Amino acid sequence: MLSYAVRRLLEAIPTLLVIVALSFFLMHSAPGGPFDSERVLPPEIEANLKAAYNLDKPVWQQFTIYLGKALQGDFGPSFTYKDFTVSELILTGLPVSARLGLSAVTLAVLIGCTLGILAAMRQNTKTDYSIMGIAMVGITIPNFVMAPLLTLIFGIYLGWLPVAGLGDGSFRNLVLPVIALALPQIAIVSRLTRGGMIEVLRSNFVRTAHAKGLPEHLIITRHTLRAAMLPVVSYLGPAIAGLVTGSVVIEQIFGLPGIGRYFVQGAINRDYTLVMGTVITYGSLIVLMNLLVDLVYGLMDPRVRYD
Amino acid sequence: MTAVLEVRDLKVRFATPDGEVSAVNGVSFDVNEGECVGIVGESGSGKSQLFMSVMGLLAKNGRTLGSAKYRGTELVGMPVKDLNKIRGDKIAMIFQDSMTGLTPHLRIGKQMTEVLVQHKGMGEAAAVKRALEMLNLVRIPEAARRLAQYPHELSGGMRQRIMIAMALLCEPELLIADEPTTALDVTVQAQILDLMADLKRVTKAAIVLITHDLGTVAGLCDKVQVMYGGRFMETGSVQEIFYQPAHPYTAGLLASMPRLTEGRREKLYAIPGQPPNLQRLPKACPFQERCDYVHERCVDELPLLRDVTPGHAKACHLLSLANPVSDPKAPSLKVATEARSA
Ligand SMILES: Nc1ncnc2c1ncn2[C@@H]1O[C@H](COP(=O)(O)OP(=O)(O)OP(=O)(O)O)[C@@H](O)[C@H]1O
Ligand code: SF4
Ligand SMILES: [Mg+2]
Repeated sequence: MLSYAVRRLLEAIPTLLVIVALSFFLMHSAPGGPFDSERVLPPEIEANLKAAYNLDKPVWQQFTIYLGKALQGDFGPSFTYKDFTVSELILTGLPVSARLGLSAVTLAVLIGCTLGILAAMRQNTKTDYSIMGIAMVGITIPNFVMAPLLTLIFGIYLGWLPVAGLGDGSFRNLVLPVIALALPQIAIVSRLTRGGMIEVLRSNFVRTAHAKGLPEHLIITRHTLRAAMLPVVSYLGPAIAGLVTGSVVIEQIFGLPGIGRYFVQGAINRDYTLVMGTVITYGSLIVLMNLLVDLVYGLMDPRVRYD
Repeated sequence: MTAVLEVRDLKVRFATPDGEVSAVNGVSFDVNEGECVGIVGESGSGKSQLFMSVMGLLAKNGRTLGSAKYRGTELVGMPVKDLNKIRGDKIAMIFQDSMTGLTPHLRIGKQMTEVLVQHKGMGEAAAVKRALEMLNLVRIPEAARRLAQYPHELSGGMRQRIMIAMALLCEPELLIADEPTTALDVTVQAQILDLMADLKRVTKAAIVLITHDLGTVAGLCDKVQVMYGGRFMETGSVQEIFYQPAHPYTAGLLASMPRLTEGRREKLYAIPGQPPNLQRLPKACPFQERCDYVHERCVDELPLLRDVTPGHAKACHLLSLANPVSDPKAPSLKVATEARSA
């Protein structure tokens, strides 16, 4: 299994290189540049600036220079946050986003799975219909509607929780953003769980378990759950990578200093290095999470072979 | 003789979007201690669903009417909690699809011992010992190693042996084997049947053997019940069914059995036509659309089971196959008006 993991990681290198190259060239082929939004600069100063950032060289040469440095862990200075390197920005933002994202994922798994199992066991009853109805609503209401709504109710009207910002960094400040981030995930996870459960509950081996006279709780926990959760696991891999690297909308609304906003701001400002930094972070996480999913799959289903 | 299972006027209905499916339409029979009963019939005749309903294993859209008693206790409508004390312990079932009947993510050992823990309150060590005994009984080589294996590591024949061993763990009084050899190679089929014959001798369990192969029945069973359209067409001893069939359907099944005659294979006979549509079953004789002897009464009146000789019964209006004229004394249910208007 270890050799499999190592091999998968090695195989991921070309994938990452392609991602990096694609985003680099796409970024540079988009019209505009990092210094366009500022006051019109005298031509010689702009030329100097460009030379300092290697922007005067052909794009492919810029790419090899960038790649060479990136491989040594140097992602360069940010164009917009001039006093910070990209690594610094990511290293300060990522923990905030990760804390937010992981809390949301945990909540989504705990509540989503419970609801999904309940709905599947009470298939086509009022319980099932109400859970799935709420899940449907959870999926359809976008974040940018749900988040202000939560703020309005719990932050302003009831005054229970802080409206925005990290405050003293205590968990109280994260409750609303975590809930806003988790709600659609709860909905998705509960639907996936329900679907998986219903399929497995109909399978021949569950029928065998019933014929053996096993009680309901053993049939669910021992014979059904593991096989039923496979779709949830494959969904969660990429979903975690996405949540951990920050939600632009949530971070913006709740004024949280995560890395989600860097990506958007970077793209708008043509902050080439910052965008590349976030892309590489996100890409590596996706690769890692997919590997993790495959390893977890192996633990859950003995038929999976690593070769 | 004491009955382990008494079934009376049992019916199985399935609700489907395009109407109700009548899979089993009122069957009555007993399974006595130590007896081996064969249930034969073509695909879709209701063999499996009859015993699924006895075990409380019908799909969600199915319901059971009538009565099925285990040693006098009514099983139909019994709360699942109580049913779970009987199934797996007193009545065990082996299913048609051996390849998918074991839980893929659990080791064989766990799947076997959990039955003993559940019903006999055994500890882990005692349960493992008993599981090993059973694996040896069904002639599984390297039994100890199998306990740690997962189903996908075993061949189809091996999995079916494990299903059989698992069913026998608690020494059930009744073993229902639903086509235990389908989905297996011919040679493996023969081995499994061989094993069943041995088990019949060593266990005290009564056995119900469901199959569409009369040959299987001949080797193993004492009694045979021929099923068609969810009803019994003919019931009797193996000798009676094979050598004095009294129902045109049984005669058709026998004629379509492959056999070697003087070294050369006969062309295989097949009963013409299709099994009936269970959503629109004829109200009278279910076999009427395919029967060579169909006459007016067959369309108007449902033939009821009646004795040909004691213990040998048929549901047909004919006097006999040798003298195939309508028997005016044959008991029947008049369904003419409904049948004609339907
Ligand atoms: N859940 C269900 N909903 C609707 N119809 C069903 C359902 N389960 C079974 N049936 C129908 O009931 C009929 C009898 O099925 P059954 O499984 O008893 O047949 P069988 O005699 O065992 O045939 P085979 O030899 O193919 O196993 C079939 O026509 C089948 O389509
Ligand atoms: S009742 Fe009539 S149709 Fe039915 S089997 Fe007998 S002869 Fe054939
Ligand atoms: Mg069947």
